[in-house]
Amino acid sequence: MMEALAALPWAEIGEASLDTLLMLAISMLFTLALGLPLGVVLFLTGKRQLLAHALLHNVLSFVVNVLRSAPFIILLIVMMPLTKLIAGASIGVRGTIPPLVVAAVPFFARLVETALREVDRGVIEATQAMGASTRQIVLSALIPEALPGIVAGLTVTAIALVSCTAMSGVVGGGGLGDLAIRYGYYRYETDVMIVTVVLLLLLVQILQILGDKLVLYCSHR
Amino acid sequence: MPAIVAMPAIVELRDVSKHFRTAGRDAPVLSNVDLTVETGEIFGIVGHSGAGKSTLIRLVNALERPSGGRVLVEGEDVTAMDEPALRGLRQKIGMIFQHFSLLSAKTVAQNIAFPLRIAGRMGEAEIRARVAALIERVGLSEHTDKYPAQLSGGQKQRVGIARALATGPRLLLCDEATSALDPRTTHSVLSLLDEINRELNLTIVLITHEMQVIRALCDRVAVLDAGRIVESGEVSELFQQPRHPVTEQFVAEFAPVRARRGAAAQP
Repeated sequence: MMEALAALPWAEIGEASLDTLLMLAISMLFTLALGLPLGVVLFLTGKRQLLAHALLHNVLSFVVNVLRSAPFIILLIVMMPLTKLIAGASIGVRGTIPPLVVAAVPFFARLVETALREVDRGVIEATQAMGASTRQIVLSALIPEALPGIVAGLTVTAIALVSCTAMSGVVGGGGLGDLAIRYGYYRYETDVMIVTVVLLLLLVQILQILGDKLVLYCSHR
Repeated sequence: MPAIVAMPAIVELRDVSKHFRTAGRDAPVLSNVDLTVETGEIFGIVGHSGAGKSTLIRLVNALERPSGGRVLVEGEDVTAMDEPALRGLRQKIGMIFQHFSLLSAKTVAQNIAFPLRIAGRMGEAEIRARVAALIERVGLSEHTDKYPAQLSGGQKQRVGIARALATGPRLLLCDEATSALDPRTTHSVLSLLDEINRELNLTIVLITHEMQVIRALCDRVAVLDAGRIVESGEVSELFQQPRHPVTEQFVAEFAPVRARRGAAAQP
């Protein structure tokens, strides 16, 4: 048993773990930076909201739906020229990050929109009645009130991205998922596959526990 | 002798109407409403649900815009104001709500400081001192750092009142402020409103569907029915001599049930 474990390509597994974490961290950073504003705009331009604007809302909503309906593997391939333009490479870990961001931003933006809709309308009205500008309402009332929902959305998005990173092997990217497919599927070396799957499971567990803790921390209901 | 200049009424509605467009049709909510509220008084507007009270009170701080007519606050036409002017106006009008509408992610102190931060005219130390004084005034000194979820309904409304008073408004709007509270808590909140009305010479406009709130607190009252003011006057007069059937209904809420049964039995 110990011998079998020792015989596994640990250096490769370590590198793959690092690649997965790297892809996840960088793409989540961009997802937060782009998805939060997009979610806020989706919410504000919605029906009977502060900046209600049917045309803008419908166009954004449509784009979000189109991107969300594209399977990640398709996105990965279709985006290659664009990816090269953005990341300077269309293959490898760098080449995987832009498609990951494009997949995650619309997903996260929808979750942000939903979280904002959960905010009590009375609170928004009260803030308006104090003479707050739309900017003040968003930054000091809406987002803080919706923070638990937004953090929960961030957790769900991160976990969804973990499974997306598994497909980066298609463009020669690294990561645990790629390793599992290469060893387990192409070479019938099931033990490596099992180790990588356990590691992915651990990663998902840790993300979920951290996310739940963070939600609890910023929730005062 | 100096000429006596008539001060404009603090709130004046002139021939105000409001309709909402629903399903392509105009549904009237308020029709030809005329109303004058004098400085320092407590003015009540009573009506059944759906009578248009909520819309009416929101016209004063322009959360709602009238479809016709004019809304004047201290002589200034609210309907003609642009966004910055409106924000300035709203910072000078306090408002409290039926469901308190406190920010759940902020503590009592942070909630009360919130309008001051939005107005952005006070320094940090000044805000802290003002908030401490307000918390003391509404009797919540032990709850400064609690979140709204940890407070009772009456305590939440006290936070709402302190928050509404933070910017030192001359006018306070109360939107069914005690409707979600039990009778004892209602009484203590009404007492607090009465006290601040006297202490600060603060004008209060309140809407309610409960006639006992009118009787307990108001100087004058207007009865709103289906978007029209059907009767208005001094509270004591209205109770003694209700003229409109809707007013009679409201006043009759105070009659003992047994007597009413007897009256109904008469042909």
